[in-house]
Amino acid sequence: MIRACTLLALALLPFSAPGARAGGLDVPIAGGKFESVLPPSPEVKVAVIPAFRMDTALVSNADFAAFVRKHAEWRRDSVAGLFADKGYLRHWASPTDPGKEVAAQPVTQVSWFAASAYCEARGARLPRWYEWELAAAASATAPDARDDPEWRQQILEWYSRSARGALPAAGASPANYFGVRDLHGVVWEWVEDAGSMLVSGDSREQGDPNRNRFCGSGAIDVEQKENYAMLMRIAMLSSMKASYSSNSMGFRCANDAGAQR
Amino acid sequence: MTKNLLAMVAATTWLLTGCGASDKAATAAPATTVTGGSLKGDFGPPQGEPVKAVLTSPPEVPPATGRHAPAKVIVELEVIEVDKPIADGVTYTFWTFGGTVPGSFIRVRQGDTVEFHLKNHPDSKMPHNIDLHGVTGPGGGAASSFTAPGHQSQFTFKALNQGLYVYHCATAPVGMHVANGMYGLILVEPPEGLPPVDKEFYVMQGDFYTVGKYREKGHQAFDMQKAIDENATYVLFNGAESALTGPQALKATTGQHIRMFVGNGGPNLVSSFHLIGEIFDKVQYEGGTHFQENVQTTLIPAGGAATVEFHTEVPGNYVLVDHSIFRAFNKGAVAILEVSGEARADIYSGKQGDEVYLSDKLSNLAPVVTAAKASASGTLTKEQQVKAGEVLFKGTCSACHQDTGAGIPNVFPPLASSDYLLADRKRAIGIVLNGLSGAVTVNGASYNSVMPPMSQLNDDEVANILTYALNSWGNSGGAVTADEVKQVRGSTKRAEGAAH
Repeated sequence: MIRACTLLALALLPFSAPGARAGGLDVPIAGGKFESVLPPSPEVKVAVIPAFRMDTALVSNADFAAFVRKHAEWRRDSVAGLFADKGYLRHWASPTDPGKEVAAQPVTQVSWFAASAYCEARGARLPRWYEWELAAAASATAPDARDDPEWRQQILEWYSRSARGALPAAGASPANYFGVRDLHGVVWEWVEDAGSMLVSGDSREQGDPNRNRFCGSGAIDVEQKENYAMLMRIAMLSSMKASYSSNSMGFRCANDAGAQR
Repeated sequence: MTKNLLAMVAATTWLLTGCGASDKAATAAPATTVTGGSLKGDFGPPQGEPVKAVLTSPPEVPPATGRHAPAKVIVELEVIEVDKPIADGVTYTFWTFGGTVPGSFIRVRQGDTVEFHLKNHPDSKMPHNIDLHGVTGPGGGAASSFTAPGHQSQFTFKALNQGLYVYHCATAPVGMHVANGMYGLILVEPPEGLPPVDKEFYVMQGDFYTVGKYREKGHQAFDMQKAIDENATYVLFNGAESALTGPQALKATTGQHIRMFVGNGGPNLVSSFHLIGEIFDKVQYEGGTHFQENVQTTLIPAGGAATVEFHTEVPGNYVLVDHSIFRAFNKGAVAILEVSGEARADIYSGKQGDEVYLSDKLSNLAPVVTAAKASASGTLTKEQQVKAGEVLFKGTCSACHQDTGAGIPNVFPPLASSDYLLADRKRAIGIVLNGLSGAVTVNGASYNSVMPPMSQLNDDEVANILTYALNSWGNSGGAVTADEVKQVRGSTKRAEGAAH
């Protein structure tokens, strides 16, 4: 029995140990001026994004299992209800083992709190929305392909399929211009500022006086209305409280360019 | 409370229609009836135990509420994202209220307090919400019902206005959620209920936008640009090309009073709703209180509805179409109502005669004349037959079998690459001469329609049409001779005087 466990741990080793993870925060992105679908404010249309680093791939179930084994407070059988809903890691074979079939797949069914704690344990943080959006604007050949209707339609096709069916392995999709993988066509992704970029539950409430209830970057006026893929990302993130989990919501980590790796 | 209100309505009616007006006179002058709208729609707090609403999938409609006092009604509606056929061999990922397009039909009574539970299935990829046009309040419930996958929301509203209302999803991007099938109908019955009818149906039109062309096989993704351009790939009743045709056709008998609750989910196109061969005795346009009588075609806006009523007299197939007619024949906006019963020749005779009338179209018929002369002189070639057959086919057969020979799925069988046609030449001759009714299987699909005998065609013409069919659309060739036709004509029976 002990032996079996050891074997299993060995099998998971290549993915384990946050921080030592192959490909962690390994993509430097220069940042700069960026026109987001969510402008910083009605007056300021262009966001300025400092340089940052980002994981190449999504965090896998095996990655997350290694973290959970070290930090027992994030096991599904001991996590505080405030930080994770009933769906948290419920697809795993046991509280510490995702099971062979899903080990290499991106972790899903994780709350924002759990995702943040994972990144923190790696000395990192979740990407901010602008960082994620900037990285995700790239096609394989261009840093900003958002005006390319063909590329837009291509990434939109993921949204035209239901969430049933197995996920591909984390990092399995081709790298984009920056060298980041899995940004489209795999799962939704948590971002650090998910809680402050709320848009209205009724997306037609443009220019509603209630906009002030959303602080910070939470501008209701969404730009680039033809950018359906991003609108859906924002709608999804807005519908999720920080304790919620979903079988199509995963994450990756990022950090400031200057931070120690 | 209710009693008082009814008494008040009655008094108002009396005042408006004058002394001695009977109930009958009141219904005959609907324009003078005013229900008072939302201001008169609150009949006080709910009474009795809460009631769980009966939800039905299209084309079924829940039974009348039968209530005479305001109730608390609990509606539990589940959002499910499902892959389903949109046309033969074509699938699409629909986002649905209750697993169907349109979504489950909801039926309540004016004054009811509706406790609405929206559940978003854990396998959903998207957050969803619901805006019911029958709700009085900001967003129609949209913001209150915004729900992440694997969660459920609750909100409560009082149904103040009677009528037939569309509901739909209003999550960003709204157009895409609606285009994927997220709409349905909620009926708010008037306090006295609707007059009883023999049958009620639930039909809803919607337009769909796929990356592939109309009927391009395989799984098709949503095409955002086509949706923005309002260039629909499909226009459908009840979410699929075969939803209400073939075995799924709506069924009724003669002598029935039919009520259809017809909605239009859009997202873009307004419907010119028409029932071929019937006249709507009554249309409550916009699903409202007032009605128009004797309506041929009624406009149903996207995000709107109409209640249509008619009485069936003559048996046969009646075709529901969007009379913006290319949508019917080229985008799928066709549904069938099968009415069975005794024939009524006193109301509708069927065809009573057919004679050649050439007028100035003579030049178009030149190949027919050429073939006839050649046949008489014994020099007829297959090419001449095909040319003559093509002209005759277009004038006689293509209305049903289509110029492409592809027919119409579930309604008219194909001739192109048709195993049924190619298997038995004598049988084919017999069908043209004598007609065909009852079930047949063509290329694996079952058809159950009626083809009348083509008794207006002579032996030459039948031979030419069949020769054309055997040599077109990839069919394998061969020629049918007038002698063969003559033989079959002599050895089979046909109805006296039957004609197309």
